[in-house]
Amino acid sequence: MLKEKADNILLAGGDILNLSSGKREKADIVLMKGKIDRIGEIDRGSFRGVVHDISGNIVVPGLMDMHVHLREPGREDKETIATGCAAAMAGGFTAVACMPNTTPAIDTQEVVRFVKKKAEDELVAVYPVAAITKGRQGKEITEMAELVRSGAVAFSDDGNPVVDTSIMRHALEYASMYDALTIDHCEDCSLSHGGHMNEGTMSTKLGIPGIPNAAESIHISRDIELARLTGGRIHIAHLSVKEGVELVRRAKQEGLGVSCEVTPHHLLFTDADLISFDTNLKMNPPLRTEEDIAALERGIKEGVIDVFASDHAPHTIEDKEVEFDAAPFGILGLETLLGIILQQIVKRGLLTLAAALAKMIVAPRELLNLPIPLIAQGEIANLTIFHPDKTFIYDLCKSKSKSRNAPYDGMELPGQVYGVVNRGFICRTALGAAVND
Amino acid sequence: MALSSSHLLGLEGVPADDIRTILDTAENIKTIFDRPIPKVPTLRGITVVNLFFEASTRTRISFELAEKRLSADTVNFSSSTSSVKKGETLKDTVRNIAAMKINMIVIRHSAAGAAYFLTQCTDATIINAGDGQHEHPTQALLDMMTLREKWGQLAGKKVAIIGDVMHSRVAGSNIRGLLTMGAEVMVCGPKTLIPPGLHEFGVNVSYDIDEAIGWADALNVLRIQLERQEKGLFPTLREYHAEFGITRERIERAKKELIIMHPGPINRGVELDSDVADSDASIILDQVTNGVAVRMAVLVLLSGMDSNESSG
Repeated sequence: MLKEKADNILLAGGDILNLSSGKREKADIVLMKGKIDRIGEIDRGSFRGVVHDISGNIVVPGLMDMHVHLREPGREDKETIATGCAAAMAGGFTAVACMPNTTPAIDTQEVVRFVKKKAEDELVAVYPVAAITKGRQGKEITEMAELVRSGAVAFSDDGNPVVDTSIMRHALEYASMYDALTIDHCEDCSLSHGGHMNEGTMSTKLGIPGIPNAAESIHISRDIELARLTGGRIHIAHLSVKEGVELVRRAKQEGLGVSCEVTPHHLLFTDADLISFDTNLKMNPPLRTEEDIAALERGIKEGVIDVFASDHAPHTIEDKEVEFDAAPFGILGLETLLGIILQQIVKRGLLTLAAALAKMIVAPRELLNLPIPLIAQGEIANLTIFHPDKTFIYDLCKSKSKSRNAPYDGMELPGQVYGVVNRGFICRTALGAAVND
Repeated sequence: MALSSSHLLGLEGVPADDIRTILDTAENIKTIFDRPIPKVPTLRGITVVNLFFEASTRTRISFELAEKRLSADTVNFSSSTSSVKKGETLKDTVRNIAAMKINMIVIRHSAAGAAYFLTQCTDATIINAGDGQHEHPTQALLDMMTLREKWGQLAGKKVAIIGDVMHSRVAGSNIRGLLTMGAEVMVCGPKTLIPPGLHEFGVNVSYDIDEAIGWADALNVLRIQLERQEKGLFPTLREYHAEFGITRERIERAKKELIIMHPGPINRGVELDSDVADSDASIILDQVTNGVAVRMAVLVLLSGMDSNESSG
């Protein structure tokens, strides 16, 4: 990892991608004291500073992943804020929103402050999501006003749904006073209970208890009705079922405050990939079927899906290297999110490059009421620089995460990240060998 | 004669030739049982560990007898609470045992895929004695051996598996093995105990016990556990018996020859009435006898030892 001050630096030969027009325009960028000093054609020869040749790369406002698990405080053996941020940078992200299922949970201002303090020297901006209920127990709502004031950007009991409908209703009402987004992990636990994978032909074949699509869609339906009742803003985390896509589509047509995100693994794998009982393909919601992927893709194409997020969920080798039933849910994702979206969504023509990137740059920040970085003279430099066509072989051994629970080792992905710029620094990380250098 | 795989993890993907080899070998081996000393030296010097993480009486005894009759050295490890709870992972348990230079592991575990998982932890030969709701290959092999003894062949025959198919690894392996051997399979039970997608495997599904009896040449009746009632999968054992229990009246109404099987232990009066279980149609005790022979055959074939020596 190469980190240097974003001061007196020339980013030469790259293209700035305009996210609204989709146009790529060749432009050199000079960084001074962490800010964008000049944009245009700049003579390398006369530039007195460090020149980064980024020809072939595109420059966009820094990417944000609004669904990651950084495990700190509590499970620093799995990930820390520092290692999670390193993985984020390697993946091309300058901002993350971290989920509150830590120990203790992020349910008081002290824990919010702890997370922010730990992250203050990082290049990556870490935005804590606070718990909806105290201790994520689903019983009493947290001190939402104080949490918002201390820096929480949204609320979620992620990992668990809020089971009690009345609590969820009040949470949505209360959070809406502060215009804070409520993110729900949609799972009817009485229906998913004991399940370890998607219910269907594959679960029958493997003899693993299943989780039906309805466990997710029932809960999504409930949340949509609560958005209608309360006028609050609900965000469906890691949407994985075809029924859910239709529910969100209808809710949006009705103008309700409903948004949703999709993870790369739910676009890339199906339950049929579990044939070897690989615990690195065990997550919640589980991998579904080709039919669900087709529906998610349709939803992406038709604007139903707002955000791409990784649900980066580090677990130790000891935790994952066990029999399937005993393994925890979740896989890594920060370093491969961009590549998988480029491969599955952009290369296959479902969305333009600009539209796909907007779901990792603009949409999450809009939902979380965060400012969207601009690439303009005088602005703070918050940039992601990557080559959309250049592929690399993902080398899990070189992951910056503290954990290794990813099914992507050895996979060739497009979108090699050159580096990221934010908070006065430029950082470069190579995740694996470039293929078509 | 050798098998195409070095482990027996299930009957998924096991070719008909392998199944035939195992059943032929088992029939051969069975002749040993009538000798004054029913024991052969085939697996002398081979160490087999029986690793049972789930309560089991008959399968464990059957394997142990099979190993002893082949003169293998055997060690038993039983733990009803999984070792995870004791703070040791399955991987560590297995690697520790494997470090004592053992050759084969017979594993029973509550998690599907546990036998497969072991193949990634050790070089020892793995035999699956039941993993979760997934597979129980030696049970299906002994079922097929017993049916083949009766019928001469399995192809074209109709077997109905009755009861809790959802939670049954016996059903999982029987469906695979029987279909591979060219038999037809129907499952019958309350809808709450039939897993999704079975028709995609070529299995007939019925919720009407009389239809199943009318269709089948043999019934393989699965054990019904009270805990399924507690989970709300059927209302009472009483109603289960009334709707799906195998009774003499039902059998007689079908007016045909029908073979009755059960993997045991039987809940008499629930899934199977005593007068049927103990009737001439029942081959339940033959299944138990054949279980030892099939397990001996599997052990011999996977050990790489000469199987002719075991019957010669």
